[in-house]
Amino acid sequence: MIKSWFKSGSPWIWLNAAAVSTCLIMVIGVLGLIAMRGAGHFWASPIVSMSYQEDDGQIKTIIGEHVDTTVTPALMAKSTGFTMADNEDVLIQYLVKTGNRDLTGSDFRWIQERHIKATSNPEDMILVERREWGNFYGQLIAIKESDNVVATGDKMWTALQERLQAVLKLHDQITHLEKKELGAINYALEQLRLKQKGLELKHAWNAETAKEFADKKAAYDVDYKKYQAQLAELHQQIRRDSLVATTESGVELVIPLAKIVEVTQPNKMGVFAKIGHYFKKLGEFLSEDPREANTEGGIFPAIFGTIMMVIMMSIIVTPFGVIAAVYLREYAKQGFTTRLIRIAVNNLAGVPSIVYGVFGLGFFVYILGGNIDALFFPESAPAPVYGTPGLLWASITLALLTLPVVIVSTEEGLARVPKAIREGSLALGATKIETLWRTVLPMASPAMMTGLILAVARAAGEVAPLMLVGVVKLAPTLPLDGNYPFLHLDRKFMHLGFHIYDVGFQSPNVEAARPLVYATSLLLVLVIIGLNLAAILIRNHLREKYRALEG
Amino acid sequence: MSTPEPRSHSFDASSILRSTHKHDDPIEPCIKVENLNLFYGGKQALHGINMEMSKKKVTAFIGPSGCGKSTLLRCINRMNDLVDNVTIDGKILLHDDNIYDKSVNVAALRRRVGMVFQKPNPFPKSIFENVTYGLRIQGIDDKRILEETVETSLRGAALWDEVKDRLNDNALGLSGGQQQRLVIARAIAIAPEVLLLDEPASALDPISTLKIEELINELKEKYTIVIVTHNMQQAARVSDYTAFMYMGELIEMGATSQLFTKPTKKQTEDYITGRYG
Repeated sequence: MIKSWFKSGSPWIWLNAAAVSTCLIMVIGVLGLIAMRGAGHFWASPIVSMSYQEDDGQIKTIIGEHVDTTVTPALMAKSTGFTMADNEDVLIQYLVKTGNRDLTGSDFRWIQERHIKATSNPEDMILVERREWGNFYGQLIAIKESDNVVATGDKMWTALQERLQAVLKLHDQITHLEKKELGAINYALEQLRLKQKGLELKHAWNAETAKEFADKKAAYDVDYKKYQAQLAELHQQIRRDSLVATTESGVELVIPLAKIVEVTQPNKMGVFAKIGHYFKKLGEFLSEDPREANTEGGIFPAIFGTIMMVIMMSIIVTPFGVIAAVYLREYAKQGFTTRLIRIAVNNLAGVPSIVYGVFGLGFFVYILGGNIDALFFPESAPAPVYGTPGLLWASITLALLTLPVVIVSTEEGLARVPKAIREGSLALGATKIETLWRTVLPMASPAMMTGLILAVARAAGEVAPLMLVGVVKLAPTLPLDGNYPFLHLDRKFMHLGFHIYDVGFQSPNVEAARPLVYATSLLLVLVIIGLNLAAILIRNHLREKYRALEG
Repeated sequence: MSTPEPRSHSFDASSILRSTHKHDDPIEPCIKVENLNLFYGGKQALHGINMEMSKKKVTAFIGPSGCGKSTLLRCINRMNDLVDNVTIDGKILLHDDNIYDKSVNVAALRRRVGMVFQKPNPFPKSIFENVTYGLRIQGIDDKRILEETVETSLRGAALWDEVKDRLNDNALGLSGGQQQRLVIARAIAIAPEVLLLDEPASALDPISTLKIEELINELKEKYTIVIVTHNMQQAARVSDYTAFMYMGELIEMGATSQLFTKPTKKQTEDYITGRYG
């Protein structure tokens, strides 16, 4: 009976099905968890006001967002020092995000459920998202314009939003001036300084060039002063307005509007308002720079850095891998040596990535970069240009890391081009190289894309080697900007994978940053899926074009 | 491995041609094979082949599978160079020039000696690009010349009427027979002197086969044709001269009508009467 059941093969089929289902469940579970936790972060949750009585008998109130609930069995709670009554089986605790870090010193509070006397969602509670010190929860008292109260009561809210809009516009102008205009002048001045030093090193610095440079500098100084004056003006304007609010404990706080990103009343918001707010927050997350040691604000530089790095890596690894594969498959005499090389290439794929990082730092950054600096940038010394981790070295290191997959899949693609096609081309008087370029390589291009897809998938998620060869916690400038030569391969950059590590495990405020970790993880997954999808679309297009292989 | 002693079968090919010649136009040898031996590694595949193929005639190679007829054909445009471990000695003269001379440019030779393979092998490109492939390699990009060549070549291969409205379609959308005629068009687009056909109809259905055979009859007006076939009826239908090969040796060669009716060798007779092969 059992024997015939085994013979029928159904246990084997069940085993296979179980394995596939387990894989699927795990993958969907991981993605689902990340998606839920990450995507939920931007939803405006209600502000609760809880009044509670602790063991000392005093009744206090606490306001904030309910973040988490833990249930601890009584025995375990007792052993950690809680006093438990005999009739209590479990200890329920709420984690409340109370904000107001500047006043209380922490963002979160644990409240025991049994101490709570009353909860409510007061409609007039405001949430102020600040540029410093995290969120503020409290009640709005008044709006001030240079120390004079201009609005209270009912008119307060609309006045606040109007003034805040104006302030945000000013803030944008200031950022633009500082980053774009002043940044460009600073960059130009630095270039000028380097040029001067370069000329001095070549002993070509004389009165004529000195005058020329002084003139240029003077021109920049005029611009600089002009922008400085504009900035001072804007700073004065932006500092004018502020709001007054009280906390749950009655402390009055004046918050300058310049320090505010957004003021909302979550308890008054309807579903549609919340949906609108959600997408606004999501947009900010995707498009803005991080704030507060990366625990708040957006992650745009990290997205940009990741994509730039992957694109750079693809540009480096594809031709390199394809050329190597063409030589191995088409030109090299097949034998012991080529077999050895293939084994070596395959083993290269198994080397731990941190080893590549160490190699990249030692060889690319210090040896190659150091020599490039010594040869081409003597004027920058002692500050390194390429002799320090940066986008170029990170891309090259990852290109090296992903080279084996490109070589292997290109070789497979070349091997799959039918002999008949090559012979057909050769019989028409094409040389070997013409046959390769006109027929064989185009037909192998889907396989090259497959290699690239695998390479991208691996490179985009890699963190360990990047920490050594170019990724930083916070890069002040993007590797691509409006200053000549536009693409700055020597710059350090931010990366989503490292960002996750940094925000989740290196930040001073781990609890506050946790949702961001999920959101960033979700985004990293999405970026990789996006990059892969793009490559897959290109590959399918190529496959359709050269479908002779399947026929 | 012991190599069999190369046996020399010296045919005075031209005397055969003269004696069996029933056509009016003068015989002009185009390709001369002189004492050709070919080895795959240590194994000899062709034994001292001597023969002549005349200009603007169809010469057919027949013989059982593995007899070396395709190998011999592929020697004529040096396709065997692509195979590892091949050594060739002897000469093949194309208009008195030894194609195995060191100074020969193989790509240029293959432009003079076109080849069509057993299985249709169009490139995964448009019909137009397939036909112009050889020209483009020669650096000809003038659109007018290309278009003219495409039309004359496709007409020459009796395919024009079927594809003239879809020249930009992928060639892989054509039927097998059409693909084979496209490959012939591709070969004649570069105006070779010789066309080598390696079992050009063996992968095709009877109607397509018939079309290819008709085409061969037309093509011999312009080209010297050498065809390999395992189909004796086909050889009898399309060729002027037939060479029978067996075990890497040329057994007998002569005018097709004579070889099929009055073979001089016993092996030839056995083969064409179906006693082996």
